[in-house]
Amino acid sequence: MPVRIQTEDFDVSAEIARLREGNPKVGAVASFVGIVRDLNEGDSVASLTLEHYPGMTEKSVEGIVAEARERWEIYDALVIHRVGTLSPLDQIVLVVVTSAHRGESFKACEFLMDYLKTRAPFWKKEQTPEGGRWVDARASDDAAAERWT
Amino acid sequence: MKPNEAQTAVVKILYFAWLREALGKAEEELVIPDGVATIGQLAAFLRARGDHWATELGDGKAVRVAVNMDMADANTPVSGGQEIAFFPPVTGG
Repeated sequence: MPVRIQTEDFDVSAEIARLREGNPKVGAVASFVGIVRDLNEGDSVASLTLEHYPGMTEKSVEGIVAEARERWEIYDALVIHRVGTLSPLDQIVLVVVTSAHRGESFKACEFLMDYLKTRAPFWKKEQTPEGGRWVDARASDDAAAERWT
Repeated sequence: MKPNEAQTAVVKILYFAWLREALGKAEEELVIPDGVATIGQLAAFLRARGDHWATELGDGKAVRVAVNMDMADANTPVSGGQEIAFFPPVTGG
């Protein structure tokens, strides 16, 4: 399964090993791991709760992975995104891409993250000392995704 | 088919994140009202409920919409059996 939405944590090296297992053509693996920070917009964050739209989230991320496969010569791609309540230091998201050479993997990995941030239906709610607040979409994320159009 | 099924077109509407909290509702089933043929007209119908419906779905609120799990806009046609979702701009990753 190239796309997994789950509450459980993930093991980065095990996932990378599985993705390139038995494929001697793979010469490059690029990965990105997103982590929960303890500070956002100047306030301390005690926890982060991720909501998603079951069904559409999987469908949209699969669409983004399919688009990456069309744009670059990559062998495989994996996206794991956690949902539910997470704490600072926790891993949120993993993107792994395999290819023959590094250029394709680097680009596809960044593309997948930029599109995940702007197109996949996930929403973050932070717990701060002032209470819960929904995270606002960032213009810089939209600008990052625009680079690929 | 029962006699009234042919003319009674129902859609399922979902609300997410702060919109769900502000509206106090995660989902509802709605018989498509007379005069509602597009998403824009559906949003106008929902706003006409008044109170928080008028403010949260009003102009100036960043609300996105999907029909059957694909992104849609005000001109997208509404028809029976659709799953329509209203939600804020996404903040995953």
